Amino acid sequence: MKHIDLFNPVSLIGTDRGREFDYHGCTPSVDEVWQLLDLVPDPEIPVISVVDLGIVRDVRLNNDSWQVDITPTYSGCPATDFIASEIEQALTRAGIDAKIKTVLAPAWSSTWISTKGRQAMLASNIVPPLHDLDTLSCPNCGSAQVKQQNQFGSTACKALYTCQSCLEPFDYFKTI
Amino acid sequence: MTQLLTSINNDHDALNTYILRMADNGLILGQRLCEWCANAPVLEEETALMNTSLDLFGQARNWLNYAVDRDQRLQDCDAIAMLRDERSYLNLLICEQDNGHFADTMARHYLFDVWHRLTLEELCHSHDETIAAIAAKSVLEVRYHEQRSRNWVLRLGDGTQLSHERMQTAINNIWPYVAEMFDQDQLEMELMAQGIAADQTIIAKQWHDLVAQTLIEATLKTPPESYNQMGGKQGLHTESLGIMLAEMQSLYRAHPGATW
Repeated sequence: MKHIDLFNPVSLIGTDRGREFDYHGCTPSVDEVWQLLDLVPDPEIPVISVVDLGIVRDVRLNNDSWQVDITPTYSGCPATDFIASEIEQALTRAGIDAKIKTVLAPAWSSTWISTKGRQAMLASNIVPPLHDLDTLSCPNCGSAQVKQQNQFGSTACKALYTCQSCLEPFDYFKTI
Repeated sequence: MTQLLTSINNDHDALNTYILRMADNGLILGQRLCEWCANAPVLEEETALMNTSLDLFGQARNWLNYAVDRDQRLQDCDAIAMLRDERSYLNLLICEQDNGHFADTMARHYLFDVWHRLTLEELCHSHDETIAAIAAKSVLEVRYHEQRSRNWVLRLGDGTQLSHERMQTAINNIWPYVAEMFDQDQLEMELMAQGIAADQTIIAKQWHDLVAQTLIEATLKTPPESYNQMGGKQGLHTESLGIMLAEMQSLYRAHPGATW
């Protein structure tokens, strides 16, 4: 059922993952929808999925229509609308008709990031949120000699650090 | 649309007026901070100011969407943000004051941030579920803003002689706009009695304690009680707002419904 058409320009729009899922003419289970959503990348940190980031709060089937609840990480996150449309596209492509609803409560917290998501972040040189900032160390060389350059970084959810030992700049995903 | 908005300007129910006050604080201060874009002292500060501004816009959008949900005549969040006239903005006067130099901006920011954080913490317990949800979301971000602006007050206050003088003058100049934050009119008293609005009498005390402590630590003096300027919450603004709105609204008025 895998369908990837590299010569169709439409393939370049939106996520190119999740195409092996096809539920045209049948109804997937809730777990299967979660698995599909786990292939939709976060646009700012594409190494982790919107499920890993804790943005997808709930997936349920009401009578014949699916509802997916999502919550923004930060109130002003410019990617929120984009994420909603990415999710919608991924579902539509797989033949799932769903309504995306943005919910504010409970407020998103960085503790919702999954273990898999944290590992993937670290692997791409972004330090995942910590309880204790004193334990912050360089993702490149492991040195504890790090210096905050800015409380904000390349996106609202990250702060910018530099390692004093290997001089590598890196992002720290803020704890909120 | 403009006529429609003007006609309902003074016709919000009490709750929507309260919601718009919260929305406009974020919207107007957020817009003010944008003026630092390409003008900040260093690149890191610029990123930080713009990210703070983005948080405030996001929060304003949540408040405005709630106001629009409650009153269909408001149509949509962008129109209500961009097409009102000066007298219909309900933000605190402190939010609209000019950026001045960096110490002016940080002094204004810190005094507002402490109030904003304390107010949002109270609103997390509001009997209105949506207000409580928006507040719970916003307060996490605002704590971070407060940490940052407090650090700058300390650093500049307890810095060189010049930075100290400039921060002290900045605090003195913004002080007349402090009292308005705690001034509760009839509308807020009624909403407070219903468990919806935040109790500013409690917040005022906490605010004064916290700020006094920071100022001492920053080797700065708390300005003496003097004249207090009020009126923003009722739509009576200082000269600065009109000039800012002219710029903020120009694109939307020339191209209604413009998106990017």
